[in-house]
Amino acid sequence: MTTAYRDIVEDGLWRNNVVFAQILGMCPTMAVTTSGTNGLGMGLATTAVLLLANMIISSLRHWISPQVRIPVFIVLIAALVTVVDMALNAYLHDLYKVLGMYIALIVANCAVLGRAEAFAARQPVLASGLDGLSMGLGFTFALTLIGLIRELFGAGTLFSQASLLLGPSFAFMEMTVVHDYGGFLLMILPPGGFLVLGLLLAGKRLLESRTSKAAAPAPLAAAGCH
Amino acid sequence: MTLEELRSKLGYHSFVLGLVALVTSGALALTDDSTHGAIVAAEARDLQQSLAQVLPDGFADNDLLKDQVAIKGEDGANTLVYRARLHGEAKGAVFKVTGHGYAGVIAILMGVDNAGRILGVRVIKHQETPGLGDKIEAAKARWIYDFDGKSLGDPAPEKWAVKKDGGQFDQFAGATITPRGVVKAVKGGLQFYAAHRTEIFAAPTANVASTAKE
Repeated sequence: MTTAYRDIVEDGLWRNNVVFAQILGMCPTMAVTTSGTNGLGMGLATTAVLLLANMIISSLRHWISPQVRIPVFIVLIAALVTVVDMALNAYLHDLYKVLGMYIALIVANCAVLGRAEAFAARQPVLASGLDGLSMGLGFTFALTLIGLIRELFGAGTLFSQASLLLGPSFAFMEMTVVHDYGGFLLMILPPGGFLVLGLLLAGKRLLESRTSKAAAPAPLAAAGCH
Repeated sequence: MTLEELRSKLGYHSFVLGLVALVTSGALALTDDSTHGAIVAAEARDLQQSLAQVLPDGFADNDLLKDQVAIKGEDGANTLVYRARLHGEAKGAVFKVTGHGYAGVIAILMGVDNAGRILGVRVIKHQETPGLGDKIEAAKARWIYDFDGKSLGDPAPEKWAVKKDGGQFDQFAGATITPRGVVKAVKGGLQFYAAHRTEIFAAPTANVASTAKE
């Protein structure tokens, strides 16, 4: 049982990473990773939704008939995201001002529906929760990494405005790496996102082919869904 | 009948889907109801903070949110004007203007004193290109402070433009459309204020927050 849980965690964080292996959730990945802080914020918000959606759907899995599962999942996910959106706006308003524009985007993140369909609809609640958490943290890791690289080359800073997201005590994370840097604007604009993601994907494949020569490339998830 | 048999019936699918839709709608209604007050309060606090930014310290002692009036502009749309008073005497007004930038609408809040001089301008919402057009934010650059103290006569009307258009306001390297939109909107705001000044202060002091729509 423990090895199964271990597999779930490793799958989510690395082997079957939402961004680097499944290539899902490309819309938020490209749109918000203009800085490390944005990536981190979007990642954490998505993690919360993934965790809750997986657990709710898993606990309802026996009652949901296969024929209507997709609309049921979508309704549940959309409702959940809207509840999170309203609750954040009401009770954590300062955080909402930073994250607000991303929250609604989570509904369109195919990874959430993907995990509901591929995992939570078949597995017990605890495993599904763990899967949601690991997938979410893997997504957070990917988004933060892409955001940091784009921010470093595009603006010469790291985690700028992190204190707005995490609170004043995290101001130490904000770093200006290159002072008076003019900025390489391309990295902040959408093409930068594609460039960084492409290079990171190539890097991951290279790493994997080095570590296990015989291993087949990771299977790509359902296409036509981003 | 077991759950297995039940699940294969056609009616069961619509029942499940309908039930899920009903329960989630209920949850949404409940959440909306319980968060509505807090959201309205938080947005009022936001507005209060923005209002305070475009007025100098100690300029007004009244609650601007409670002293607002809706004025019909030339385009027929209502603009909410918040009146600033010190010891009951009208000192100036704060209102929102809209500019058109490179990537859509730019929402701007501006404070103007009785003589028509700008007290402060802040961009409160925009979608301009990060790193290029976003220098209109006070948090990113000092540019927006250039408007402080300006009025319709200072600079002369033809100088109310970015330098590229023969005016006196700086544009940004690589971004002209954004500052051009802001300058135009601020000038429009001053013209609006000049045209409606008596109307703004003649309207009775009343809390119209519940009736006025933005």
